[in-house]
Amino acid sequence: MDNKIDMELIKPVLDEYGEVKGSLITILQQTQEIYGYLPKEAIEYIAQRTGIEISEIMGVATFYTQFRLTPVGKYLIMLCQGTACHVNSSELILQTIKDELGIDDGETTEDGLFSLKCVACLGCCSLSPVMMINENAYGSLTPDKTKTILRQLREAQ
Amino acid sequence: MRIVVGQGSCGIAAGAEKVRQALIKEGFTAPELTIAGCIGMCYLEPIVDIYDDNGDVKRLVKVSEMDAPKIAEYIRTGNIGLISDLLVSEEDAQFLKKQTRIALRRCGIINPEELADYEKADGYSALKKAVTEMTPEEVIEVIKTSGLAGRGGAGFPTWFKWNAARQAEGDEKYLICNADEGDPGAFMDRAVIESDPHNLIEGMLIGAYAIGAQNAVVYVRAEYPLAIKRLKRAIKQATEAGYLGSNIFGSDFSCNMTIKAGAGAFVCGEETALIESLEGHRGMPRLKPPFPAQSGFWRKPSNINNVETFANVGWIINNGGEAFAAMGTEGSKGTKVFAVTGKIKRSGLVEIPMGKTLRDVIFDIGGGIKDGKEFKAVQMGGPSGGCIPAELIDTVIDYKALGATGAIMGSGGMVVMDEGTCMVNMAKFFLDFTAKESCGKCVPCRIGTTRMLEILKRITDGNGKEGDIELLEELCYGIKDGSLCGLGQTAPNPVLTTIRYFRDEYEAHINSKNCPAGECSELIEYYIVPEKCKGCTLCARNCPVDAISGSVKTVHKIDTEKCIKCKKCYQSCKFDAIIKR
Repeated sequence: MDNKIDMELIKPVLDEYGEVKGSLITILQQTQEIYGYLPKEAIEYIAQRTGIEISEIMGVATFYTQFRLTPVGKYLIMLCQGTACHVNSSELILQTIKDELGIDDGETTEDGLFSLKCVACLGCCSLSPVMMINENAYGSLTPDKTKTILRQLREAQ
Repeated sequence: MRIVVGQGSCGIAAGAEKVRQALIKEGFTAPELTIAGCIGMCYLEPIVDIYDDNGDVKRLVKVSEMDAPKIAEYIRTGNIGLISDLLVSEEDAQFLKKQTRIALRRCGIINPEELADYEKADGYSALKKAVTEMTPEEVIEVIKTSGLAGRGGAGFPTWFKWNAARQAEGDEKYLICNADEGDPGAFMDRAVIESDPHNLIEGMLIGAYAIGAQNAVVYVRAEYPLAIKRLKRAIKQATEAGYLGSNIFGSDFSCNMTIKAGAGAFVCGEETALIESLEGHRGMPRLKPPFPAQSGFWRKPSNINNVETFANVGWIINNGGEAFAAMGTEGSKGTKVFAVTGKIKRSGLVEIPMGKTLRDVIFDIGGGIKDGKEFKAVQMGGPSGGCIPAELIDTVIDYKALGATGAIMGSGGMVVMDEGTCMVNMAKFFLDFTAKESCGKCVPCRIGTTRMLEILKRITDGNGKEGDIELLEELCYGIKDGSLCGLGQTAPNPVLTTIRYFRDEYEAHINSKNCPAGECSELIEYYIVPEKCKGCTLCARNCPVDAISGSVKTVHKIDTEKCIKCKKCYQSCKFDAIIKR
């Protein structure tokens, strides 16, 4: 997959922020938005354009939970692990997703359709338990409701 | 006539956008069909408000897209009978009526995407007053009179920080807003930004004027895409209208504002870690002193306040410091917003004057516990806070009084727990969070939280040993003493407060291998009560490991050897025949 990385795509990002001090996180965020993750080649290119050591970029990329070093599926499921969700049995929802898709936290299904990531509070606590799939929030989840949502997304293919 | 669909993140997740689209299909368009942010009655979303020409409002709750035709018919005919089942009940309406709203005063009322709506609601009048009629020192004086203290959790007097940044030497100063609302269970700041972004901008500009900053930065969590989108739009509008930029209101005061999206690290709520993150580094706290007021962002004098703190500023400038200080207690002035969630009937945003009690929030406004269960405890202050037990329900909302319980006021997350919540498991949940979020700089925090988590895991797994409680306590004090920043200094609080108030639960786990709340799966087993089982086979069909035997219309039985305690049978039984024991 790595040989398909088109570096042209992030040139504009580095043209805009490459010289602006303190922009590393912004650059990484936009890079991830373009490729869906942070490819090795892109990190090398960012190092070259900004003058920041690769080790430092990796330090930042691995510090923050938002960044990924491997590709994700078409649908990124972010399952909330906040207190309210915890109290309202988010663990059952996690189990349901694991059973339904056969993947664990941080993994992607073989068909490349779904990735699962447990995240800190999404701030929709009154709808707990909550998950977000590609910026759409789904609340008041039950195991059945969760299965239906996942199956609908799969069938929409 | 105006139809307003509440569209905060919660509302949208509950289906508000579908409702709006359905209303568009019924022929309604802007400006009569519009949106608002979050009114804070999250448990009733989606909410649609219909204003008649006299400004009277009919509030419809739990609206679905299927209701659009009858809403349209009501608007055409005025036949109230059509929507009577959707109208908010008098009891639910009390949820808002019992509140005193300052920080949230425009939330859920104005359209957060329209500057004109904000201006009509007195918007930017406080900024105008501050920069055209007051000196920066006078602004600081008013804030001092108001008694406003940092709403992010620490409760430090706002005027003091502003004054320190004002007094600091240097031409280049920064004003930073901490919108990295990381406490799980808290969403006040998200609601303010999504629902009234200009109020944040106005409060920040007044702060920037007071300290003499030319640059303002908002550090927002990346998990809040809608808040970022609305804030971006508001900054653009304010810049175009001249509220932001050069020579604001014709004065010498100029200020720019930018947004930086956080990348997911709880420790960045700590102000020096936040500054490190703003500069593009790993968010690891700096040693203090020097304090940010002297040497902060890019080593320049900087002032950092929380979203809710800024959301009060405009009101204070317009109404005077005395009006704000008239509310609250001796040591805690004004109002506080709480995000009330968990096992509570009415969850949502509650803003009340300081000095009210926890009972007022949880029972009077929140309606008490769901499903007829018993109130057990309320968790305040997230991973830095603690659990306050039922017997302290009359504790007054005041920085000092809450601190005395071992919990903290915190940023305003209030997670309510009932008898089914295991307090040891709760402590484990928070330690799991802090152990993951520790930045790793201080060894006691990095390794200590991990060790504590291991001990808590073994207790909840039924392998607790005598002396574990004492060992936990020892680690707690070591971590508190040996950590540089607030994360480590407060991470033991959830454990300390649960040991303090629920020691018997810890002892039951350790000594009798029993979880009194019935939550820790290793310590319970599921059992089918023969008298209640109807033989419907539902549990057996739901069991993933075929641990349930029994045929149609005969009593079923769980093989505890095979059972993996996934809880599926317990949840699926329609006759309450499956119990934990």
